[in-house]
Amino acid sequence: MTAAALEGRSPTQLALRRFGKNRRAMISFWLLIAVGLSTLLVPLVSPHGYTIQKLENRKQPPSGTYWMGTDFNGRDLMVRSFMGGRISFAVGLLATSVSLLIGVAYGACAGFLGGKTDALMMRFVDVLYGLPHMFLVIIVMTILGRNFLVVFMVLGCFSWMTMSRIVRGQVLSLKEKEFVEAARGLGVTTPAIISRHMLPNILGPVIVYATLTVPSVMLQEAFLSFLGLGISEPQTSWGLLISDGAGALNPLRIFWWLVVFPGSLLAITLFCLNSVGDGLRDAFDVQQK
Amino acid sequence: MGPFLLKRLAGGLLTLLVIATLCFFIIRFAPGNPFSSERNLPPEVKRNLEREFNMDKPLWVQYQLRMKGYLSGDLGPSIKYYPKRVNELLLPSFGTSLQLGALGFGFAILLGVPIGILSAARQNRIPDYISSSLALVGICIPNFLLGPILVMVFSLSLRWLPVAGWPESFGGEELLKLLLPAITLGAVHVAYISRLTRAGMLDVLHKDFIRTARAKGLDERTVFLKHALKNGITPVLSYAGPMAAYIFTGSVVVEKIFNLPGMGQHFVDAALARDDAMVMGAVLIYSCLVIAFNVVVDVGYSWLDPRVRLT
Repeated sequence: MTAAALEGRSPTQLALRRFGKNRRAMISFWLLIAVGLSTLLVPLVSPHGYTIQKLENRKQPPSGTYWMGTDFNGRDLMVRSFMGGRISFAVGLLATSVSLLIGVAYGACAGFLGGKTDALMMRFVDVLYGLPHMFLVIIVMTILGRNFLVVFMVLGCFSWMTMSRIVRGQVLSLKEKEFVEAARGLGVTTPAIISRHMLPNILGPVIVYATLTVPSVMLQEAFLSFLGLGISEPQTSWGLLISDGAGALNPLRIFWWLVVFPGSLLAITLFCLNSVGDGLRDAFDVQQK
Repeated sequence: MGPFLLKRLAGGLLTLLVIATLCFFIIRFAPGNPFSSERNLPPEVKRNLEREFNMDKPLWVQYQLRMKGYLSGDLGPSIKYYPKRVNELLLPSFGTSLQLGALGFGFAILLGVPIGILSAARQNRIPDYISSSLALVGICIPNFLLGPILVMVFSLSLRWLPVAGWPESFGGEELLKLLLPAITLGAVHVAYISRLTRAGMLDVLHKDFIRTARAKGLDERTVFLKHALKNGITPVLSYAGPMAAYIFTGSVVVEKIFNLPGMGQHFVDAALARDDAMVMGAVLIYSCLVIAFNVVVDVGYSWLDPRVRLT
């Protein structure tokens, strides 16, 4: 017997190995990293500033100087698209973190406390599910003002419900497992049981669902910005850029680049995030409720 | 059936109450008020305005007055379009939004279900690949991107279809105006519905009763459309409830792109102008639609699968 053959593999390692074999997910993963890095790098290396208006260069189609053309104020669309990407990514990641924090804490509490508290807490989640949440988001957005901080906080606060359900289900079943009983028998304290024994076990589903939350939040941000209720000028995001492009549609001259470039970046990103999320779900074999 | 409908009616009213209360207090506890944006309003004018809209009364009294209004079917006065009432502003546009929603919904079902059946019948062959690539497109091209692209291609470049607007009469050329909005609104859901139908059908096609149906010599058409479809389509129905919410949210965007006179534009304008009665009216009407739709879906569910009891 050789030692190498017996080397143990954790379920996470096995899942990551399965993920690595999924071609669509891997390609999406690297493409996503490429788009993400470009949003960081392009504005740094570009010769054009993203708020610099050159009125003599308005509405120019893509050319050698302006690879993605210019907008109605003579600003370089390429820099603006990637700067907008920064905001879209930031909103997606930050809002997901907010929803992750609330969802995991809420779900873990409900699952761990159990009984009447659990029933009450989950009933509340059911009520929240029944509300037309996009309309409530719009109302809250118009009241709190349209800026970056408000956008991701509000979106995060309205998208933690599914996460809390998943975590609660996991905690409920883990609570009864022998290793938790054993830990308790050994005198391990409750916080230590939650952090050392339960959290590592629910990490898989949590990561999977968080990955799928990112595109849905980015989509909501783009939706809000499109309606003029999300990110506001001079900042920009993909939704806002598409909105500008859609507003410029007219029968005389077609400014296709205003819609096509930011639109493709958004579409590619959404596609990749969804593929990676699906790949992770298959790899971790998560049952979604 | 009777007790079920009563129960759902009560549940729906409760949800509406929660929504109305939530909206009311969110709007009222927020800093500023609808008149703070208007510059240099003389204090007397401001006081009169506040009296007109009951804003000088204690919050609790305002809340009661608003709820009493709702019970009698009055959505209150609009602040932005004073002296018009919310009812007369929203009702005409309600029809537009409802028709638009129904169109998007019909488009999604009428296209999605056949594609799903076809790809289940021809699993891993060309129709199947077409439908799965459609589903991918649906996931990554949201309606606010699809709409402008369709307008650019079909209205502005090819000039096949009108750019925007709501048909003045329902016949002939005018109806073409509805085509792009319906596609924009329904496309995402075509993708989901075809995948759900496919999965549901494949699930059912392995069942014993299908084998029995084939064994007794029924042709494939009857097996698929009569025996399998009724069972295979239930996942689509459970998606139809949430889909109603998405469709009505989406119609806000579609109304903006195609310049349609629906409730969505009113809602966004009202939210920006802090016209609280208008905002609440629109939210409540949208919620009513979604709730009503979910009841219809549940009834449909029990019709398709009699084992499901309506409780």
